[in-house]
Amino acid sequence: MSSPKCKDPIALNLWYAIAPLEEVLDGKVERSILLEQPIAFTREPSGQIAVWSHDGDGARPVGASLPVQERYGYFWTTLGTPDADIFAIPEYDEPDRRNIHAASFGVNASAPRLVENFLDMGHFPYVHTDILGAEPHTEVKEYFVERSDERDEILATNCKFWQPMASRASSGGADVDYIYRVPHPYCSVLYKSAAIDPARMDAIAIFIQPITQESVRVHMMLSLLDDTSTDLDIRLFQQTIFGQDKPILENQYPKRLPLDPRAETPIRADKSAIVYRRWLSDKGITYGVIPAAA
Amino acid sequence: MIKLYDYELSGNCYKLRLLMSFLGLEYQTEAIDFYPGNQHKSDAFRRINPLGQLPVIDDDGLVLRDAQAILIYLASKYDPNGKWYPRDDAALLGQMAQWMAFADGITATSSAARLHDGLFYSSIDIDAARAGAHRLFRILDEHLFFAEEAGQDWICPGDHPTVADIACFPYVILSEEGGISRMTYPAIRRWCDRFKRIPGFIVMSGVFPAGPGFTDAAGVAA
Repeated sequence: MSSPKCKDPIALNLWYAIAPLEEVLDGKVERSILLEQPIAFTREPSGQIAVWSHDGDGARPVGASLPVQERYGYFWTTLGTPDADIFAIPEYDEPDRRNIHAASFGVNASAPRLVENFLDMGHFPYVHTDILGAEPHTEVKEYFVERSDERDEILATNCKFWQPMASRASSGGADVDYIYRVPHPYCSVLYKSAAIDPARMDAIAIFIQPITQESVRVHMMLSLLDDTSTDLDIRLFQQTIFGQDKPILENQYPKRLPLDPRAETPIRADKSAIVYRRWLSDKGITYGVIPAAA
Repeated sequence: MIKLYDYELSGNCYKLRLLMSFLGLEYQTEAIDFYPGNQHKSDAFRRINPLGQLPVIDDDGLVLRDAQAILIYLASKYDPNGKWYPRDDAALLGQMAQWMAFADGITATSSAARLHDGLFYSSIDIDAARAGAHRLFRILDEHLFFAEEAGQDWICPGDHPTVADIACFPYVILSEEGGISRMTYPAIRRWCDRFKRIPGFIVMSGVFPAGPGFTDAAGVAA
């Protein structure tokens, strides 16, 4: 690979989900883009997935494959040399869960804008009206945000929101508990009370594959406790939600997330976003953001 | 009962959900896994529509495909006032047919650009799709501007919107998802706002309701 277009060493050295495993077919070469670098992938006769970067023609250079890992129903790769493994989602392995790929969508927005929107509860009643929220239940109650330097992730807990239809399995409005994790600069996992078992939580993850600084592919993975809905119903529910977020995401300006604390005025409900921006700043991330002036 | 083979994120399916909502019609839906499942291209679905496209309706055994064709059918059969598809005026019939064909052009350009950007339809020529949509939007914007000058709110003459408005609306309002801004089409933007205020209007994912507007009384008071 010639020198990468992305000059951010932090971004280059991360793992990225590229495609759901069921879309990687024997002998069929598919193309994608990661951090502006054209890549291609296929499933080899051995069953292994091979990924390589190329100059736009898809041609596979001899003996120059990129690293591959299969995790959470997707294959992941990297353009650099990650110093950490892909983050853990222990719930994924629980035997009674339904693990479903909801969709991969293209969005003309930066990866950090997607993460922030995913963390935000304040928009539920206005953007996901009568599904994830409804007026007059608009208050974002006080919640906790902590940053674990040991695990290198952000955790928001004690989040509560009243939701008319929290998931496909819901039978009516309920106070729903949320936990948010940001274990990767461009990935997030949320946990919310499961409709069928209030003692446990559904998990919903977004794995963002930056195409450029201002456009992404977002892969949505659900790990749910739901013994009634079909896979299709679950997938369509999530697509409906994401389809509502899309125009909001694409209309945020500037498209790159400004990390200067004075650039945008947060309110109390944005506590997790404030910590997220500071975390990105401290990491020295430059891809998809407008770094704070030194 | 009418059954609609449906996909939430499809603007063409939305056309039918809109008309049935305006008419207060009850119907069932059968969700099709358009993306990522490509179910509309499956052998089973091609037995329902050999073109492998959504939407399709089944009304008591009558199976119809093509959003514009279904709009004509539903309005003709179920609109007791005959307002959405008036059939007694030759000029108006011609105009409605003209703008419904125009709506197909909007699908071929604006919807194609949206599929390219959002769902990775990589074989679409994105620059051609966007340029084509802008060409059509310019024509529609001028048409709506002169209609407004003549005291008309809708695409076809008369005091009530028609199936032509429904056919054109979805892929106009969703155009930004394909990178097609409506910034320079003020008459289109005003028409979209009027359309969203038609009683019975419903949204789909990616479409938001009209903002709060002044009623006449409030306007006078202000």
